[in-house]
Amino acid sequence: MPTAQNIYSVHKSSSQSPIGLTKFHGSNCITFENIFDWNVKQLFLYLSAEYSTKNNALNQVVLWDKIVLRGDNPRLLLKDMKTKYFFFDDGNGLKGNRNVTLTLSWNVVPNAGILPLVTGSGHVSIPFPDTYEITKSY
Amino acid sequence: MLSLDFLDDVRRMNKRQLYYQVLNFGMIVSSALMIWKGLMVITGSESPIVVVLSGSMEPAFHRGDLLFLTNRVEDPIRVGEIVVFRIEGREIPIVHRVLKIHEKQNGHIKFLTKGDNNAVDDRGLYKQGQHWLEKKDVVGRARGFLSGEQISGGQELFVPYIGIVTILMNDYPKFKYAVLFLLGMFVLVHRE
Repeated sequence: MPTAQNIYSVHKSSSQSPIGLTKFHGSNCITFENIFDWNVKQLFLYLSAEYSTKNNALNQVVLWDKIVLRGDNPRLLLKDMKTKYFFFDDGNGLKGNRNVTLTLSWNVVPNAGILPLVTGSGHVSIPFPDTYEITKSY
Repeated sequence: MLSLDFLDDVRRMNKRQLYYQVLNFGMIVSSALMIWKGLMVITGSESPIVVVLSGSMEPAFHRGDLLFLTNRVEDPIRVGEIVVFRIEGREIPIVHRVLKIHEKQNGHIKFLTKGDNNAVDDRGLYKQGQHWLEKKDVVGRARGFLSGEQISGGQELFVPYIGIVTILMNDYPKFKYAVLFLLGMFVLVHRE
């Protein structure tokens, strides 16, 4: 089962509103050989962050997604990848948030049939610091 | 085949046979409607089956593909799900994926969507000044899928043709009336 591991370093940049950009350090290899059976046309992979804030009891944000087609190389090498989408909260709930959980999930698109959404086992918790460092200004 | 033979058939039919055919037609239409309404009740969605109209979810879904929806209120909206929604004031439903959700303690949820094949999220598609979608905009969640493409081997599925016909009816409204008229004529005139 693919797992989300080796995501342990988080960089941030901020201007007026806090924006978190997550970089994956080290390399993470995910294999999907067992999932592609005769009825799987493609997989829609996505890494989502889930957290709770004062404003909202539940927040989920997709940070990164990828389409893996049947026939593509089933081994995915993620090395020093940046998030695809800006990671910012509805409000200021990310600053100092100790419990931001990253989970890897995928949507199986069949040739015909049910469209299941599967969550990988294992998840990583990332605490956001109380102050952001400015690494880039926009 | 489509000669004027059928007109002769109609003339040869006596009144009783004609009434019988009309009742036959009525029964078929009623049964179809009942099945459709039944699906609406079971799935909780006002459109239990939708046809994909655009290529914004490629390569997963192409124009003409069929999607089977459910719209149970108990099912919470979560990221990664494929939702079919309508923008206020617009008729055409859109099939995209949920990118972000913010849900309050009381269950009120606002979410953002994006098509897999689009470079940007859907905010540009929403109404002027609208930044998020809400539960009320959702027609249903895509749970099942049937491709509109021909199955390899040259065998054609009858079902995809329904998809193409629905697209045509959507793009050219007058086509709708032509289809209904043709269907009616065929059933009335075809002698069992």
